[in-house]
Amino acid sequence: MSQNISVKVKVWRQDGPQATGQFESFDLSGISTDMSFLEMLDTLNEQLLKEGKRPVEFDSDCREGICGSCGCMINGMAHGPERGATVCQLHMRSFKNGQTIVVEPWRATAFPVIKDLVVDRSAFDRIIAAGGYVSVKSGRHADANVMLVPKDTAEKAMDVAQCIGCGACVAACPNASASLFTGAKITHLALLPQGKVEAARRVQRMTDQMDSEGFGGCTNIGECLAACPKEIKMEAIVSMRREFIKGAFAEPPRQAGSDNA
Amino acid sequence: MLPKIFSSSVFKKILMSLTGFGLVGFLITHLIGNANLYRSGSDPFNTYAAKLHSLGPILEVAEIGLLGMFVLHIVTALQLKFRSRNARQDRYAVNASKKGPSKSGFISQNMALSGLLILAFVVLHVKQLHFGPGMDAGYVTNVTGESTRDIHRLVVETFSDPLNVALYVAAMIVLGLHLRHGFWSAFQSLGLTCERSSKALYIASGLLAALIAGGFLFMPIWIYFGVQS
Ligand code: HEM
Ligand code: FES
Repeated sequence: MSQNISVKVKVWRQDGPQATGQFESFDLSGISTDMSFLEMLDTLNEQLLKEGKRPVEFDSDCREGICGSCGCMINGMAHGPERGATVCQLHMRSFKNGQTIVVEPWRATAFPVIKDLVVDRSAFDRIIAAGGYVSVKSGRHADANVMLVPKDTAEKAMDVAQCIGCGACVAACPNASASLFTGAKITHLALLPQGKVEAARRVQRMTDQMDSEGFGGCTNIGECLAACPKEIKMEAIVSMRREFIKGAFAEPPRQAGSDNA
Repeated sequence: MLPKIFSSSVFKKILMSLTGFGLVGFLITHLIGNANLYRSGSDPFNTYAAKLHSLGPILEVAEIGLLGMFVLHIVTALQLKFRSRNARQDRYAVNASKKGPSKSGFISQNMALSGLLILAFVVLHVKQLHFGPGMDAGYVTNVTGESTRDIHRLVVETFSDPLNVALYVAAMIVLGLHLRHGFWSAFQSLGLTCERSSKALYIASGLLAALIAGGFLFMPIWIYFGVQS
């Protein structure tokens, strides 16, 4: 049943990348429990705009849990208390009347704050650019099922391919490690015939990039698994290590144009 | 190619795991050998110790290997710890676990702390027993026919002091906690688990941690209360 509640929102305000931020508290009433968390923030922003104040900046796009744009720490949990959901899919029914809700941006050295709850996640793009692709001329798209993949392999690949790159794994990790994200991408491509060819090179490049972006090291704590809105499993990280070991023993790639004899 | 790999955080994790497994292997042999303390009289333990030391150069090589693993484990651990420190310079105002598959908790988040406590204990332990009074101080036995060190007497004397008993018991609890997360974690770091095995492995490694820590933990208690005599 829909219900209206009042909440106190304590949200991180930071004017810019170099500015020092601080929390600001707002009292909101008449919040429908059917609202998503972002709609609650929209309500807050409308109120702020009416008062001539600067609205709270946050990222969002699809608002249906598939794009990976949204995300913030809510009461110390990435994407809030609900498991398997992004903040755009988190509803106010998850909160109690009169509750104080602390909202913070993802915090990691590799994810610098741009403004309020908006962080720069381009480190993820650079990890992908380092090897999260398949080097083939794609031409016109092929007919379905030209390349046959066993059902269980396809499903395993799909499980990790669900990653939307929201950054919750990094945000939730006590080490700010990007292992779940990087592991998911590496595992996804290593499972499929199109991606297998470049597996050894990919795992080295992507993990090197992950390190040089300044993410922490994984200590197998698994808070990322609990935070992941797509509920990607530890297997993604474990399989990244397997790929890493395999890659270390693989023959180094020949330079282009070298003698193939 | 190789030198670059050494600096990878994934490689460092593999190193943590291999050295961790090696150290666990040592603990298991150490525990089995020391279990002679639970037998009555001083002879079984002294005989074991004499046999072990009769290995001579083999033992020395093993000791150097052990020290190497220990140092490598600690140095790598600290490197990873500093990397993680730098990876989150601004802390969260509120921290909470979403539970479920997460193993986040005091133990898993404080491996460096438990590790450094173990290090402190190991230094003390080696100083007290390995470098403690030997044959020239009159600690001599003849169990094997030859004169060898009466290490049993030193152990009994050490554990007649309740302070030492308390210290060793505390250290073994810390070791158990380190292994609670560590042993299971090492399998993940080496890429050895799959979805089906990881739950069983988590339980099994908890049991192993309890067995190792418990096995050592009762030795000083056993000796203090003189159950063996
Ligand atoms: C008898 C001694 C020890 C044993 C048997 C042992 C065992 C282990 C094992 C099995 C792991 C898991 C490795 C992995 O996750 O792949 C581990 C992790 C760890 N150990 Fe030890 N350890 C010992 C002593 C120490 C000492 C003296 C330190 C001192 C700093 C230490 C610090 C750590 C840390 C920080 C980790 C977490 C690694 C990470 O952050 O990735 N350990 N240990
Ligand atoms: S806005 Fe697209 S996932 Fe939340």
